[in-house]
Amino acid sequence: MPLAEHLDLHGGFLLRGYGGDRGPTMLIDAVERAGLTGHGGAGFPTARKMRAVAGRRRPVVVVNAAEGEPASRKDALLTRTRPHLVLDGAVLAADAVGAPEVIVALHTGPSSVRAAISERQAAGIDPIAIKMVHVPPDYVASEESALVRFLSGAQALPTFTPPRPYERGVNGRSTLVQNAETLAHLALIARHGDQWFRSVGTPTAPGSLLMTVGGAVQRPGVYELAFGMPLSAAFDAAGGLTEPVQAVLVGGYFGAWLPAETALRVRLTPADLIAAGAALGAGVLLALPASACGLAESQRVTSWLASQSAGQCGPCTLGLPAIAEDLALLSRSGNTTNVRNRLQRRLRLVEGRGACHHPDGTARFVASALQTFAADLARHRRGNPCPPSRYPVLPLPDDPRRP
Amino acid sequence: MTVRLRVNPITCQAHGLCAELLPELISLDEWGYPLLSPEPVPPALMEYARRAVADCPTLALLLTED
Repeated sequence: MPLAEHLDLHGGFLLRGYGGDRGPTMLIDAVERAGLTGHGGAGFPTARKMRAVAGRRRPVVVVNAAEGEPASRKDALLTRTRPHLVLDGAVLAADAVGAPEVIVALHTGPSSVRAAISERQAAGIDPIAIKMVHVPPDYVASEESALVRFLSGAQALPTFTPPRPYERGVNGRSTLVQNAETLAHLALIARHGDQWFRSVGTPTAPGSLLMTVGGAVQRPGVYELAFGMPLSAAFDAAGGLTEPVQAVLVGGYFGAWLPAETALRVRLTPADLIAAGAALGAGVLLALPASACGLAESQRVTSWLASQSAGQCGPCTLGLPAIAEDLALLSRSGNTTNVRNRLQRRLRLVEGRGACHHPDGTARFVASALQTFAADLARHRRGNPCPPSRYPVLPLPDDPRRP
Repeated sequence: MTVRLRVNPITCQAHGLCAELLPELISLDEWGYPLLSPEPVPPALMEYARRAVADCPTLALLLTED
């Protein structure tokens, strides 16, 4: 959306409305009252992250639009179709924390960000410099510490923390890393206020979220849903299910499988999903048709996740391939209790033992697969595996069937 | 003030010296990487813990205070 159209739709750029001595604090206060939390996966309160950076010497704001999750398309869609809303949020956040510079980090590919930055420069609306950087496509490259390290001129690999980015970020400067969608919400809070933001959602999970909905649905794509709606509303938004569904992957590849009957009833709030054994993650929902094999699907993704280890931490570098192999063994006929016990032990073994959460996320994904597809495991063991499915449901990079 | 063990998993190269020096609090996993007790280091073992930290060939073992 071009700048003029964007301003027509959302109204004038309101940085000035938050200007003056009390200005920056006003915005952070509004974001806090709104209850905005991060939409990148961790769900950390945005205002608290902003306060940690505000007032430090020459901080940097990083827009994390480098969506590493292969099943997620929301940030790519947002930066392609609504770049100005994301940039408004970034500039507002930068002004609020006293940062003279914004860096937009994203993958190569179709993007309107560069054009949008030029438009804004020509219009002279931003008192803050915005630059754009392309991030390598690796899964862990968009992890916060890896991103900061990459933007400081090194390889995009996670680092040992502390220091956290707010303490020592890009080139040693205090850094606020925010997901692209989070900043779009922030731009709307700055325009319409925290009461408006809270007019949808629930008191404890206010606002709305973008969800990438895929699998056995009529129209796979990105949909905006209010927090608190039943998860089935996301499938309704995507035109409904195309065939009976056995399970739903919630949150993406660091998320968890839920059996269909649990998933369709659960409400879309962080607390409800955690109580059900899943998490919102980056807002991914994948409906697994009854005709697919959940074990084969999970095994394929687990092997890919193992290949995406940065190779820095032993328990991740050695543990994830071992886990992927165990899962492959279990999916074959004649799988033994031995292998299953070893896999369960290894899942516990890798948890919390990496510099980043890659091993934890992979372990959670596999553990949920073992639980949700327990009946399939038993059938496979008796030498009665699922019939091969027509095509894989879970998308991986370089897969032409990617939704 | 509580003192706990922590390992930098990036610099740790599975030499395993720490588990030799402080078996009370450190064991090794199937790949030779250390598994640390999450409990506070008891005062009686503090000297041995400091020794294990100092002797780690890659300086990956740390004591943290909280």
